[in-house]
Amino acid sequence: MLRIENLSKDFGGLRAVDHCSFEVPAGTIFGLIGPNGSGKSTIFNLVTGFLLPTEGEIYFKGERITGWPPYAIVRKGIARTFQLVRVFRNMTVMENMLMGPKHQAGENFVAGVLNLPAVRRQERENVRKARELLAIMGLERFENEYAGNLSYAEQKLVEIARALMTDPDFLMLDEPASGINPTLVENILQHIRRLRDEHGKTILLVEHDMNVVMNLCDWIVVLNYGQKICEGTPETVSCDPRVIDAYLGV
Amino acid sequence: MEIAVHLLVLITIYGILAISLNLMVGMAGLFNLGLAAFYGIGAYTSAILSRNFGVPVGLSLLAGVALSALIGFIIGLPTVKLVGDYLAVVTMGLGEITRAVFKNWVPVTRGPMGLPGIPHMSLFGFKLDTAPLFLAFSFVMIAISFIFVERIRLSPFGRVLRGVREDEMGAQALGKNTYWYKMIALVVGSGLAGLAGGLFAHYMSFIDPSSFVMWLTFFIFLAIMMGGLGNNLGAVVATGVLMVLREGLRFAGLPPAVAAPLQQLIFGILLIIMTIFAPRGLIPEQKPRYD
Repeated sequence: MLRIENLSKDFGGLRAVDHCSFEVPAGTIFGLIGPNGSGKSTIFNLVTGFLLPTEGEIYFKGERITGWPPYAIVRKGIARTFQLVRVFRNMTVMENMLMGPKHQAGENFVAGVLNLPAVRRQERENVRKARELLAIMGLERFENEYAGNLSYAEQKLVEIARALMTDPDFLMLDEPASGINPTLVENILQHIRRLRDEHGKTILLVEHDMNVVMNLCDWIVVLNYGQKICEGTPETVSCDPRVIDAYLGV
Repeated sequence: MEIAVHLLVLITIYGILAISLNLMVGMAGLFNLGLAAFYGIGAYTSAILSRNFGVPVGLSLLAGVALSALIGFIIGLPTVKLVGDYLAVVTMGLGEITRAVFKNWVPVTRGPMGLPGIPHMSLFGFKLDTAPLFLAFSFVMIAISFIFVERIRLSPFGRVLRGVREDEMGAQALGKNTYWYKMIALVVGSGLAGLAGGLFAHYMSFIDPSSFVMWLTFFIFLAIMMGGLGNNLGAVVATGVLMVLREGLRFAGLPPAVAAPLQQLIFGILLIIMTIFAPRGLIPEQKPRYD
């Protein structure tokens, strides 16, 4: 579904991603792990169009998306969350959710101002979807609360739910479990599995919590200093001496 | 009574400016310090067309709105990508350049001597040449502007604008082409400022560059900050309160050489206090409800 070919990114004299290649098959939960500064978030930013690669190509569903602007990549079916949450703090949780759906008629200036029947109909449908997702995430009681007033963990959940509102085929989660208590983490993991098993979504996640990575991922790529040092199933990767040396340190 | 009507007319005109700035700053987060420029472009365009070329006032007013919006579009093309302070610097520069043009393009604007004898507003052949009649018209104009911008605020389009204001990268990550949302906010806001300028020119019958100074932009900034960024009703009410305060100072018996700087001093201090202690304004933006 997503193919990265020979991808590199330089920041001045620093090479953050170094000739990295891997492929994420459809319907899998794919983990990207590595020490801090190994290039995981940079790859996220390259795939989602927030950074332009120095060299290399990115393909999604067989189409080259290298250099596309972020909004075009989202419309193609990729959604993401951020390492540090980026909720719209002075907007309610429901408004955050309603920012998600693509192709909203009311986001056109004229249709929005005229509040055409199609706009109202779509808005009602989106509110219904948002409430369903908020209930799954256990956030329904915060619907009318400003997102900035929620705890960090709750904001993280809002961000995941909001990304799901874009109805993506491919979901990229940047450290979804960090800063979240174990019970909630289990909820999130279950939901991520359901997204793959019941909705056929493909998920790429960056995570430092090895329990999460080992329990959840079908396939893992390990990065170090921007280079791919290993890839394989969780079992293979956890026994690889290069990974143990660079990251696991056991 | 005459003074009260005059004050109310000015409140409606400045109220439109506040609504315009609230759309750009309060809703879209575009830190536009060039408001007075768009206000002046609307005023001079409508005044020159009607006074020098005999264009009917309704049409000249529309031309002022269109030219202000067009200048907003042209300025926006390269600058709307700039964020925060950078956009503020560019638009502040525009404000000063525009004022310099008004002052120095003497064959067209008559420079510091100003443009006298600007025709009064007329509607379907009916002249609005008294203050109460003009008040009725300017009240309708502010009502239309208010409803228009409120509809923007409550629409999904307005929601995206607020999202852009809150976190542009977050909005892009949800598939929003933030460049064009900001562009539309800038163009519509500039057009509304041009409308206020045109109304001012036809109400006063005389304009000169001193009416379009940076200080006016700060005054309107103070109004929207007091009224609450993103809160249109609050912005209009705050404009009214500040205008009453401003005009009230004239009756405090102070010599003009003291009253004018004192006004600016008071409003400057108020702006600083608001920025430090209530950057989102006194009355919060209303939460939309979804049933």
